[in-house]
Amino acid sequence: MMCRSILVMIAALGTSVTLAADLRPVSTFKKISNRTERSAALFTEAARVLEHPRCLNCHPADRTPTQGDDLHPHNPPIRADEEGHGPPGLPCNTCHQVQNTPTNVTPIESIPGHAHWMLAPPSMSWQGLTTRQICEQVKDPARNGKRTLEKIHEHLALDTLVGWAWNPGAGRAAAPGTQKAFGELIAAWIATGAACPADRPADR
Amino acid sequence: MPYSINVNGAVREVDVDADTPMLWVLRDVVGLTGTKYGCGVAMCGACTIHVDGKARRACFTPVSNVGSAQIRTIETLHETAVGQALQRAWRELDVVQCGYCQSGQLMSAAALLEANPRPSDDDIDMVMAGNICRCGTYGRIRAGIHLAARYLNESTTGSGQ
Amino acid sequence: MSAGNPTGLSRREFLAVSLAAGGGMLIGFPLAGRTQTPTPLPAPSAFIRIDRSGRVTLILPYVEMGQGSYTAQAQILAEELEVALDAVTLQAAPAAQVYASPILGEQITGGSFSLRGAWATMRLAAAAARTMLIDTAAQRWRVRAASCRAENGRVIHSGGRSFSYGELADDAARRPVPAAPTLKAVDAFRVVGQPRKRLDSPAKINGTALFGIDMRPDGVLHAMVQACPVLGGRLVSVDPAPAMSVKGVRQVVKIDDAVAVVADHTWAALKGLRALSPQWDEGANRNLTTADMVAAADAALARTGLVFTNTGDVAKAEASAARRFEATYRMPMLAHAAMEPLTCTVKVADGRCDVWVGSQVVGRAHKAAAEAAGLPPDSVSVHNQYLGGAFGRRLETDYVSQAVLIAKQVKSPLKVTWSREEDMQHDYFRFHNHSLVSVAVDSTGQPQSWRHRVVAPNIMARWFPGFQKDGIDLDAVDAAAGPYDIPNVVVEFTRNEAPAGVNTGNWRGVGPTRNVFVVESAIDELAHAAGRDPLAYRQALMSKAPRARAALELAGRESQWGTALPARTGRGVAVFEAFGSHLAMVAQVNVSRTGHARVERVVCAVDTGIAVNPDIVRAQIEGGVIYGVSAVLYGRVTMDKGRVQQRNFDTYPVVRMNEAPKIDVYIVPSTAEPGGVGEPGTSGVIAAVVNAVYAATGKRLRTLPIDPAQLRNA
Repeated sequence: MMCRSILVMIAALGTSVTLAADLRPVSTFKKISNRTERSAALFTEAARVLEHPRCLNCHPADRTPTQGDDLHPHNPPIRADEEGHGPPGLPCNTCHQVQNTPTNVTPIESIPGHAHWMLAPPSMSWQGLTTRQICEQVKDPARNGKRTLEKIHEHLALDTLVGWAWNPGAGRAAAPGTQKAFGELIAAWIATGAACPADRPADR
Repeated sequence: MPYSINVNGAVREVDVDADTPMLWVLRDVVGLTGTKYGCGVAMCGACTIHVDGKARRACFTPVSNVGSAQIRTIETLHETAVGQALQRAWRELDVVQCGYCQSGQLMSAAALLEANPRPSDDDIDMVMAGNICRCGTYGRIRAGIHLAARYLNESTTGSGQ
Repeated sequence: MSAGNPTGLSRREFLAVSLAAGGGMLIGFPLAGRTQTPTPLPAPSAFIRIDRSGRVTLILPYVEMGQGSYTAQAQILAEELEVALDAVTLQAAPAAQVYASPILGEQITGGSFSLRGAWATMRLAAAAARTMLIDTAAQRWRVRAASCRAENGRVIHSGGRSFSYGELADDAARRPVPAAPTLKAVDAFRVVGQPRKRLDSPAKINGTALFGIDMRPDGVLHAMVQACPVLGGRLVSVDPAPAMSVKGVRQVVKIDDAVAVVADHTWAALKGLRALSPQWDEGANRNLTTADMVAAADAALARTGLVFTNTGDVAKAEASAARRFEATYRMPMLAHAAMEPLTCTVKVADGRCDVWVGSQVVGRAHKAAAEAAGLPPDSVSVHNQYLGGAFGRRLETDYVSQAVLIAKQVKSPLKVTWSREEDMQHDYFRFHNHSLVSVAVDSTGQPQSWRHRVVAPNIMARWFPGFQKDGIDLDAVDAAAGPYDIPNVVVEFTRNEAPAGVNTGNWRGVGPTRNVFVVESAIDELAHAAGRDPLAYRQALMSKAPRARAALELAGRESQWGTALPARTGRGVAVFEAFGSHLAMVAQVNVSRTGHARVERVVCAVDTGIAVNPDIVRAQIEGGVIYGVSAVLYGRVTMDKGRVQQRNFDTYPVVRMNEAPKIDVYIVPSTAEPGGVGEPGTSGVIAAVVNAVYAATGKRLRTLPIDPAQLRNA
């Protein structure tokens, strides 16, 4: 086992959550002999990124993004259109710059930014979904931006907006691992048949 | 390092760090104090300016990001038709109280009307919710935007006759 | 009110007319209140100048912080002097004892006092000036004064010839002051009572209005400051090196409890401040929490207080009561959060100190600056600017003293600005206020006695010792019994101070804001317990408060009180008298399944006497309502380890436009003297909202702010 013991503490509005900082590499999963089970396990590991607050905040259940590790509603209040931008007159880049921007104050240490800062489309709402449901959404061309699995891999492994999750700016915990390790998990998941994990009992 | 920026139609040279927000460049270096500091974290909208006609929170716009874009501040809002209509409506309805947030309110309202000439109450609320007013002039701001939209519509239809 | 002299004063006792420097007429007068006219009358504190060009300048010791005071004051002057409103220029008085208000004894803009202070004597002064101008013209024409009239800045003879005021001013200044100038009749008013446009609007919509934060004296440098994050702590040491390596940083300045970084611009100062690692002596509050302070206020509830009101025989009424109602109400600590963070610009040079600031207390700012500078008051000048909101925060001068202490150590003029985070953490907070109400009720549910124990700090002991009586903070007990016919009343004041280092002060609506919430919540509970309509129950108890009752009836009608509403939606009412005004409010609130309260509409009826500018009256009530709605929904400052946990508008949310209720203000026509309107909007709406939440959900909330968890699925 790799560095599962490396833990970071993240203060979130008075509560603390503990997140593993690293992703288990693809090699860890070779011991699962059943290909479908291995595929599902690979996705479950990759989902630690997809279900991380850095990703979920812009894949909200409705058109209102959330913020912080507790997924509280975006403040100031904002509602995105179907394309993922703010209302006419208040696009995301009114506040979000092309890069993370420091504030020099606490606790809002920086405002996140990226050249293509936007909300995920309604079909890609993840908040409130189980890992299985997210997996099925990611595979479904009707709900994933008409992407093939190859394009899904390219998007997740190389897109710099996805990559923001590992470079989230001062005052924010990054998603586990690296985009490279995440991309390898996704590639391995696809190579093993892109199976989705079953819902855990608690999810049913 | 020195940056050459275009503010209200004039080119200005400013020698500041790349990360210096336009808010402080405008207020402390250029000397245009109409743009206000309210929160410093893009939470209140008091610092709103226009960069190439689009609203930007100046407290969060590094000088190195604006390049050769045209920057407009409250001091020249009256040069636009939308700005004039808004200022006329603000006078007509006497929107202001302490007035501190109103530069930002007007700049946000102008960006809204440029993008959406006939906003509904809900359209106004969604955009203007980014601007805080502690004196509580919200009702009048909403009415002022509707009134300005009417002025603009009247002048458009008037010139077409 | 009829024409005549409402003050009962003769002009010789207070008017000072003289030739103005540079020519023209100068009329000085005190700003005496209508009910508290002191004897003997003090020297003039406000001045009217009519220069040779006919321009009229009104020099007032009040500041403009959004309340529209300048416009309304100018309307009163224009009316009585017979000049056009736009011929009047308002000038803020510099700090000097001569401008002190006789009501408050010093230059203070607060307590909704400004208009009330000016009304009577400014009318009389303007009427005297008008009479003298008419007499001067009549003498030149050798006609009877009665054949002349004043109109639009001119004296006009019945034959048609005329002089401008400017042509008459020098001679008029030399005439005897009339013994009893005749005031205009209320029904002849053309300017007072009209919704004239605010005089300060144009500069506030084009970026040219100058606030304290906008001052840029030649060579100004910019400082950001950080005080010890534990309230009351001290600075031990700080290594300036990390800040000095930031481009643009000039100097790191230490004072007793704070460190400041001086730079070419504010961002460099902020970066420099961020780079520092100051060592603090956290002091006695290092373990202080909100729970400690709430527990202390609760403990105070058990202590008998100083008796402020004691009418009838409460003990006897309680002994024979059919039932007793008892409830405890708790209000949190609150920040002011004005949009302009605290800021002060100072130039200390050549044995002088110049201060540019937005202050509600210009005289105190002057004194504070002189003390901090170590200079005699004559060597200090305070230049007051527009205030970017105040709400009571700028009644303090801590930020002035601090800026001077820092600027003294800097060679250039210096602007010291507090970050939003600093402004919120180092406020003079509205402190925890708790109340215990005990009411004896007869068999029909009517209150027979009223006992209200007010647990609060004695702010006035520090801030204005004259506004105490026998150790009781008279503001804290203001409006603590309500406008009701209850024969036996005890109001007690139990003092409960904040720990040293936690600064407490005045907050919009002051005492009435705390007490109207308590009184109007309790009355609402009594009405519901009696099975009565809350509005009708109040109405039946208001025989001694006809103006408030009329407001209540008007608010009831305009809010369609009693008509059906959708599910989980309710109306709540509050009625009260405060600041010389009489108000009723009806709030309509919807509570979602998730417990989120949405204030949909607020109807307010206000009898404020003559509404000098009805549009400004409306604006002030609208603004007060929004301020109060922010407080009732969200307002709460909490402490942990001696540190304020709120820093910015994310953790101290305020109402934004998407949550702003529709507000309808109805003004009750009146010829009574004007009351105050800046504060009561806030005072009334909190109770109205809480009562509406009860109507919507059946949940009675006695602790502020509203806790959505208690309303979930209620």
